[in-house]
Amino acid sequence: MAQTAVVTKSGAAFTLPRVRTIFITWLGVIPFFAFAFLFLLLPSSSLFIESFQDTQGNFTLANIVGLFDEPIRSGYIASIEISAFTALVGGIFGFLLAYAVTLGGLPKWVRSSYVTFSGVASNFAGVPLAFAFVAVLGRTGAITALFKNVGINLYDIGFNLYDFWGLSLVYLFFQFPLMLLIMIPSLEGLKPEWREAAANLGATQFEYWRRVAFPILLPSLLGTMILLFGNAFGAYATAFALTGGRLNLVTIQIGAQIRGDVLHNPNLGFAMALGMVFIMFVCIIGYTLLQRQTERWLR
Amino acid sequence: MNARAARNVSWFSWIVIVIGAIYFLAPLVGTFAYSLTALRDQLSFAAYQRAFADPKFVESFVYSNLLAVATIIASVLLIVPTTYWVHLYLPKLRPVVEAISLLPFVIPAITLVFGYIRVYSRPVDVLGIDLIPPLLSTSASTNIVLVAGYTVLSMPYMYRAVDNGLRAIDVRRLTEAAQSLGAGWGTILFRVILPNLRTALLSGALLTFAIVVGELTLATFLGIPAFGPYLQQLGQHKAYEPSALTIVSFLLTWVAMVLISFVTRGDTRSAAGTH
Repeated sequence: MAQTAVVTKSGAAFTLPRVRTIFITWLGVIPFFAFAFLFLLLPSSSLFIESFQDTQGNFTLANIVGLFDEPIRSGYIASIEISAFTALVGGIFGFLLAYAVTLGGLPKWVRSSYVTFSGVASNFAGVPLAFAFVAVLGRTGAITALFKNVGINLYDIGFNLYDFWGLSLVYLFFQFPLMLLIMIPSLEGLKPEWREAAANLGATQFEYWRRVAFPILLPSLLGTMILLFGNAFGAYATAFALTGGRLNLVTIQIGAQIRGDVLHNPNLGFAMALGMVFIMFVCIIGYTLLQRQTERWLR
Repeated sequence: MNARAARNVSWFSWIVIVIGAIYFLAPLVGTFAYSLTALRDQLSFAAYQRAFADPKFVESFVYSNLLAVATIIASVLLIVPTTYWVHLYLPKLRPVVEAISLLPFVIPAITLVFGYIRVYSRPVDVLGIDLIPPLLSTSASTNIVLVAGYTVLSMPYMYRAVDNGLRAIDVRRLTEAAQSLGAGWGTILFRVILPNLRTALLSGALLTFAIVVGELTLATFLGIPAFGPYLQQLGQHKAYEPSALTIVSFLLTWVAMVLISFVTRGDTRSAAGTH
């Protein structure tokens, strides 16, 4: 009798605090998970579930299939086109900028002012950005007027700030800086020894870039361009402020759907949002995988 | 690299830099110039005076700043204890917390707000019991949803800043030292950990500020009279005032970023924003 009592007692003395510690340990992260559940997972999973339901709540794939019908299909295509175009142009020129300020042999102040400015520009988006371009290249904008004074009407020769190319021009204002900011550390990770080793083996500057530096940077370049793609793909405010909803992008369509069920099928609207999340998800996975490739070489 | 090659490279770089500078500066200089021409035949700050004199501007701008402050507080209170706790006791959970903090990159603001409207327009019920009342039915609780949404948008930046900050200090040793001196959890968090994260928190907070003031998507669809929707409306029927406020927004973002680069001493990645 005495023995069992001791066992229970010591057993309890051993297990109870341990259970309590585990409990308390997990208690510390509950607020975060509760918040993430309420304001991130619940809203997105609700979109997810409703995408696979008809208006009566029965399971259906009709909404997903419906994404490939007009006008949703052309909305997706327009969004993908503008994102791909600005990711490509933004990626290439943003890389050249990053190259110029890091390895281009320019004074230090060029690099620091570009980096600071890029921080501003990559965060300067939405309504003010659209307005800045309207004030300059809109129908009565400053540069448009300047051209008019020398007898060229930009809008007569095919330029239009409010169409696909105009919006691309505006998007590039935040695409270049993002590319620049992410590529600078990669470019600075290129070790001078590699260049010296290549030179010792008789490689020219061009050969060094083509055979050594570029292949090392390629995953990072592609990965960041995917990030730029996602950056443009999810943008709503800039496009809306510039075109007032006339351009047929997915984000604009979703906005119209929220304002008033323009598709006459709420579940189709949810499916459209789900399609966006799916594409963004693929982008982030691609970015992460490519970034991991980069880190093998750079630092 | 020999001297001639170096000169070629630097010529090429100068050309790239100058093209970039023209592209970046033209809209800003042009907008600034445009904003000065509100009065006929003379340059003036009349557009700025008129914009600032509008009571709706003052209201919405103050409102957005309050939203930014609320978001920063909520974000710090949510991220710092969690990240600290995970560093100390649940290191295995770190990838999970990190993945969640990156989710806002995957879910664009427009789909996030779509989800909020769907979920919080009616009560959230579990097994027939209304657990959460319809938050979007009153303007007070709509603000809660908006601040929560902004906190979500700020999470990737805030988490990264705090995580980097905690990695730079020896959390365990600091905690043990504080405990052995008799400090409780509140004292440890507020007097030991937070002061050590000053830089990280400041850059996270400034970035959050830059995101929240002027944000359009969430505020518009939740029907909150914030600065973003106000500016968008103003652009519909005014010409000069919107340019003036555009310059003001740019300057504010610029001040925030200069402060960030000042406190982080030029870590380029800390200032990169996405939309």
